[in-house]
Amino acid sequence: MPRLAEPTAVQPVESAMVPRLFRLVDRRQDTADTFTIMLEPNDGVPLAFIPGQFTMLSAFGVGEVPISVSGDAHVAGPLQHTVRDVGAVTHALARTAVGDVMGVRGPYGTGWDVADGHSRDVVFVGGGIGLAPLRPAVLEVLAHREDFGRVVLMYGARSPEELLFVDELKQWEDQGMEVLVTVDYGRESWQGRVGLVTKLIPRAGFDPRSTLALICGPEVMMRHTALALVGRGVRSSRIRVSLERNMRCGVGLCGHCQYRELFVCVDGPVLPYAQVTGLLGLREV
Amino acid sequence: MRTIEQYLPDHPFFEGLDAPTLALIAGCATNISLAAGEYLCHEGDAADHFFVVRRGRVAIEVHGPAAGTLVLDTADEGDVVGWSWLVPPYVSTFDARAAEASGVVAFDGACLRGKCDTDAHLGYELMKRVTQVMNGRLVAAQMRLLDLYGGPGATDASPR
Repeated sequence: MPRLAEPTAVQPVESAMVPRLFRLVDRRQDTADTFTIMLEPNDGVPLAFIPGQFTMLSAFGVGEVPISVSGDAHVAGPLQHTVRDVGAVTHALARTAVGDVMGVRGPYGTGWDVADGHSRDVVFVGGGIGLAPLRPAVLEVLAHREDFGRVVLMYGARSPEELLFVDELKQWEDQGMEVLVTVDYGRESWQGRVGLVTKLIPRAGFDPRSTLALICGPEVMMRHTALALVGRGVRSSRIRVSLERNMRCGVGLCGHCQYRELFVCVDGPVLPYAQVTGLLGLREV
Repeated sequence: MRTIEQYLPDHPFFEGLDAPTLALIAGCATNISLAAGEYLCHEGDAADHFFVVRRGRVAIEVHGPAAGTLVLDTADEGDVVGWSWLVPPYVSTFDARAAEASGVVAFDGACLRGKCDTDAHLGYELMKRVTQVMNGRLVAAQMRLLDLYGGPGATDASPR
């Protein structure tokens, strides 16, 4: 008689669906529509995560949204999320004040696994709010800078006013990261680059034969960026992308985030580009 | 700094052209230094030149009554600026301004057009290269029309 498979070490569904209570201890307005919230757990137990993972944030009475953690995974302190105010729930989160309580489930999903880039060059490519999920990975690499070869960040945003973490970009440069920034449109006073983020790829200093590339941004941007990286010689198996789907349960049960054979909330959000190459270009998947 | 004759063979835009053709093109070229804010060309001007940026940054701009001056693209070291010199009616379609102190190689497009008219091979080679520059700008424009980084279509289903 066949044996039943051993149960895997997942949280019971009941507890996985119950949010923990976190209190807003600080808030920063990053751009006109994007803000970062700093949260402390009411029960005092920190929420451990790995760079690339997300949580489900609840605005009570309004709903839940999946948001990647944007803080440092290895430094004690408040849990950070950088959120763009684009809908009912994120708008409710935007209106929270210090002391307000919200729900947090997770963390969920796969991480960037930056340790896989040890002794090699690491390339980050972020588009718009996509820099936020990359930030924990950037911080991890910079905290262990000597373990990596050249480290490059290519970052594109719609306009100079919509660039995230502007002060930090300068610090990251000082810590040994090549930072290339471009925007879609600039005013006459903007001295930086204007153009697609893919235009930066031929200019960046990295060895494509020995590079781990991590991309986060809108899917079309990730597809074109990955193609440009492959065109420069980076192996598709060494490129990772963070997919964005309509996640609801976060534990692979509801199917809202199904992407053909993948459940993005558990199989992703970070996935090898080689695994999703064919999916990224498909319509209606 | 290398001379124009030394610089051209290594530039991707001129890759594959034989030595006599490169010499002919170099003969129509001049090095120009620009102070920040100086213009290479203005929209509506006769497009008699195109440029390769050797150092610095050139901003490609358009002006609108409501939008004011908008930088649509920037060209850095190695980038090619201008295609209107090869496309009738040979009129510049944008302003090009040195965003910082810059150096460019200016090519006499009017002179090269004349040579292209009498040398179909040269004309075809230059047309292929200029078309690549145009294609790059067109693709970039298409991508920007999608407003990739989050236009009004963004929702709570995809807030990151």
